[in-house]
Amino acid sequence: MAEGMNGKRFLFVLRRFPIGGPQALEALDAALTAAAFDQPVRLLFLDDGVWQLKRGQPAASGRSPMALLGSLALYDIAAPPWVERESLEERGLTPQELTIEVTVLARDRVAALLDDCDVLLNL
Amino acid sequence: MAVLHIVKHSPDASQALRRCLARVGPSDSVLLIEDAVYAPASDAALRCAGKIYALLPDMAARGLTRNPLQGDVEYVDYAGFVQLVVNHDKVISWN
Repeated sequence: MAEGMNGKRFLFVLRRFPIGGPQALEALDAALTAAAFDQPVRLLFLDDGVWQLKRGQPAASGRSPMALLGSLALYDIAAPPWVERESLEERGLTPQELTIEVTVLARDRVAALLDDCDVLLNL
Repeated sequence: MAVLHIVKHSPDASQALRRCLARVGPSDSVLLIEDAVYAPASDAALRCAGKIYALLPDMAARGLTRNPLQGDVEYVDYAGFVQLVVNHDKVISWN
C-alpha cells in the first residue's frame, strides 16, 4: 500500500462491451488519463470486457476502444494487460483472437490482482 | 490488504453478484445493498472465499428478515457499513 515516488498504483477493471454505449471507451480513456499523469496503471479485462479485445472489429464502428488499445505503450501502461482466462473461455475466445498481446490470468488469481493496487476502479 | 466488494442488483436482474462472488479473495468481504439483499432472502447458496454481509436497513425497507438458511451471511446497519469501508483498503462496486 506504500505510496511511492511514482504515485498511486491504479488497477482499472474493464467489464463492458466495446460498443453500444460510451462506457467502454470512457473507462479506457480514464485509464489513459491516469497514465498520462504518470500514475502506474494496470488494466484487467473481465467478463464482457474481453470483447473489447476481439480482433476484426472495424475501426470505424462508432466510438470503439479499439483504436486506443494499440497505443497503450505510448502511455506507459503496464503491458500486456491482464485478461481472465475463464472470461475468454465462457465466450469461446482464445488469446490468439485478440488484437493485442495479453497476460492470461486464471479466475482464482483475480482476487490477488484486485488487492495488489492502491486505487481500484471497476468500470 | 483486503477488498470490500459492493453489489446492489438482485441476482435475477443482473449477473453482478455471481460475477463478483467468483472473484472474492479470502480476506475480502462482500456487502449486499439495495436489491442485492434479495439474494440472502432466497435459499440459493451464497458462497465465496470471503465473508458476506447484507445491509439491514435495505432489508427492512423490503420487508425482509434474516434467513436462518443463510448461516454464513452476516448483517450490518449503516454504522456497520461504514466500519466495513474503514476495515478494507479498497472498495469495488460491481454493476
